[in-house]
Amino acid sequence: MNPLESKQTYQQYVDKKSPNSPIIKNCFNAFWVGGLICTIGQIISNICKERGFDIATSSTIVSIILIGISAFLTGLNLFNKIGKFAGAGSLIPITGFANSIVSPAMEYKSEGYVMGVGGKMFTVAGPVLVFGISASILVGIIYMIFATESITLV
Amino acid sequence: MDINWSNVFDIMSLVKCFVVGGLICIIGQILIDKTKLTPARILVIFVTTGAILGGLGIYQYLVDFAGAGATVPLTGFGYNLAKGAIEGVKQAGLVGAFTGGVKAAAGGIAAAIFFGYLASLISKPKMKKQ
Amino acid sequence: MKKIGNQSYSFDSPPTIVDCASIVGPKEAQGPLSKYFDLCIEDEFWGEKTWEKAESKIIKETVNTVIAKSGIPSAQIDCCFAGDLLNQCISSSFGLRELSIPFFGVFGACSAFVESMSLAAICTEAFAENTLCATSSHFCSAEKQFRFPLELGNQRPQSSQWTVTGAGSAILSKNGTGPYITMITPGKIVDMGIKDGNNMGAAMAPAFCDTLTTHFLDTGRNPSYYDAIISGDLGYVGKEIVLDIMSSKGYNIKSNYNDCGILIFDKLKQDTHSGGSGCGCCASVFSGYLFKELRARKMKKLLLIATGALMNSTSSQQGESIPGIAHAISIEI
Repeated sequence: MNPLESKQTYQQYVDKKSPNSPIIKNCFNAFWVGGLICTIGQIISNICKERGFDIATSSTIVSIILIGISAFLTGLNLFNKIGKFAGAGSLIPITGFANSIVSPAMEYKSEGYVMGVGGKMFTVAGPVLVFGISASILVGIIYMIFATESITLV
Repeated sequence: MDINWSNVFDIMSLVKCFVVGGLICIIGQILIDKTKLTPARILVIFVTTGAILGGLGIYQYLVDFAGAGATVPLTGFGYNLAKGAIEGVKQAGLVGAFTGGVKAAAGGIAAAIFFGYLASLISKPKMKKQ
Repeated sequence: MKKIGNQSYSFDSPPTIVDCASIVGPKEAQGPLSKYFDLCIEDEFWGEKTWEKAESKIIKETVNTVIAKSGIPSAQIDCCFAGDLLNQCISSSFGLRELSIPFFGVFGACSAFVESMSLAAICTEAFAENTLCATSSHFCSAEKQFRFPLELGNQRPQSSQWTVTGAGSAILSKNGTGPYITMITPGKIVDMGIKDGNNMGAAMAPAFCDTLTTHFLDTGRNPSYYDAIISGDLGYVGKEIVLDIMSSKGYNIKSNYNDCGILIFDKLKQDTHSGGSGCGCCASVFSGYLFKELRARKMKKLLLIATGALMNSTSSQQGESIPGIAHAISIEI
């Protein structure tokens, strides 16, 4: 059996040969860390509602607090250890988005504040904003076309 | 300051939140381990899915059920953007489609940028240990 | 020099490797080969402000160390070959800018050390009395350029490798009593379509096997001729693949084949997944450990084959596969 017979056979051979990640362990860690982060967010949101904030403001406050905590942990060189352990558990909640902005900001400081920090801050998170905001604009336009006969254009 | 702590720590709502948030993260973990997608691509998939499901009104059911378990993951960020765009259209027509999404997410985006800049001022990247 | 077979060349007066020096970072210093390196630095900045400056300092000090150890003043070194992983090889050019030795910068990705030794050996045979070669790599500067910011909380797959922070340097001379570079087999670029930047071992293994097989066919030698056949940075995943491919070609290298990326780190304790990588991997393991084994006559015939992945971040984003290359030199005492 010659794995190098063609590029396809080699690719199939490599896929079989490559070691697998411990997926059960990773999913378990992702589950409970992700769940915990969401629960912390829920507690903060409940406190805000008790204080009289409306839903929209509560969820903004939750975002800002979770982002602040992620930025703090990233700055202390702790978030990457959490990320290594929890994988999607820290990446998928808003904490992952914050970490993906703070980490290049710290890294590219060596290239100066304007071009380094300022210019390269969005190397990882930029696509999230581009696609998220574009999708929302499309949603708004489609909603406008299909659901609102009575609203004028401007 | 009257905080009804039993409302804050309502076990049922926290459990629902924990489980749904955890399940959404498991989907992400499967993408990380079973595909060659980079973190950036996975985040894009999640935010776009959240925006589409939010636009279709489907994600609202999950938010009603699980609260932060649906809004804290990045799908919730997409849902928030889409919901904001729809609100914007209701209030201001076509212009609202452009302004609504960013307005709804403004707090999060501004916080991320500002804290990122602060962190770069104060800290220095250290060597990864593993 | 004489051409042997299709792709190999032997030296009429084989150059001697006079001496070697190596400097590595803290993680390498905690690995199994720590006592073989000349210096282990305590942190990845080594007093400098940026990773790139630190890498330049590492290669500069490594070269200064080997010049001092060899007893050959730099004025008598006719030229030097140096390279690294960074864009435009700034680490070696900036690190060695005060050296005052005619400078040839080389890029071979992680194969740069053997590439520079091959070129230095050719120059020594052709015209030079003494030549110098050096290569370096740095985990942090490589991650920054090729992968992700250090503080990003991402998980690395099991096939990924850990770029070595370190440099190695060697001085070759027309005069000397060995260890001698007796033969070189420069490699051809081999691309078997692997696109996964987290599985470099699989991407480079075909090139390694191509060069090794060509070397055997050209020279008529068998695997058993050598005490050790050592690759630069194929890692655990690459090693498995190489053993399979070589046995399908009729060569059994199981008993004397190993890899610098496997040797430099302790897989279990240091969580380095598939092993070390980078120009500094082959450079420091050869200059520290293998050279001392040769000098102590514990190893008499070594075939060193460094492997490189000739890609950059643009090519991977454009969906290109990863071409590999492997250069071989035969060192005998």
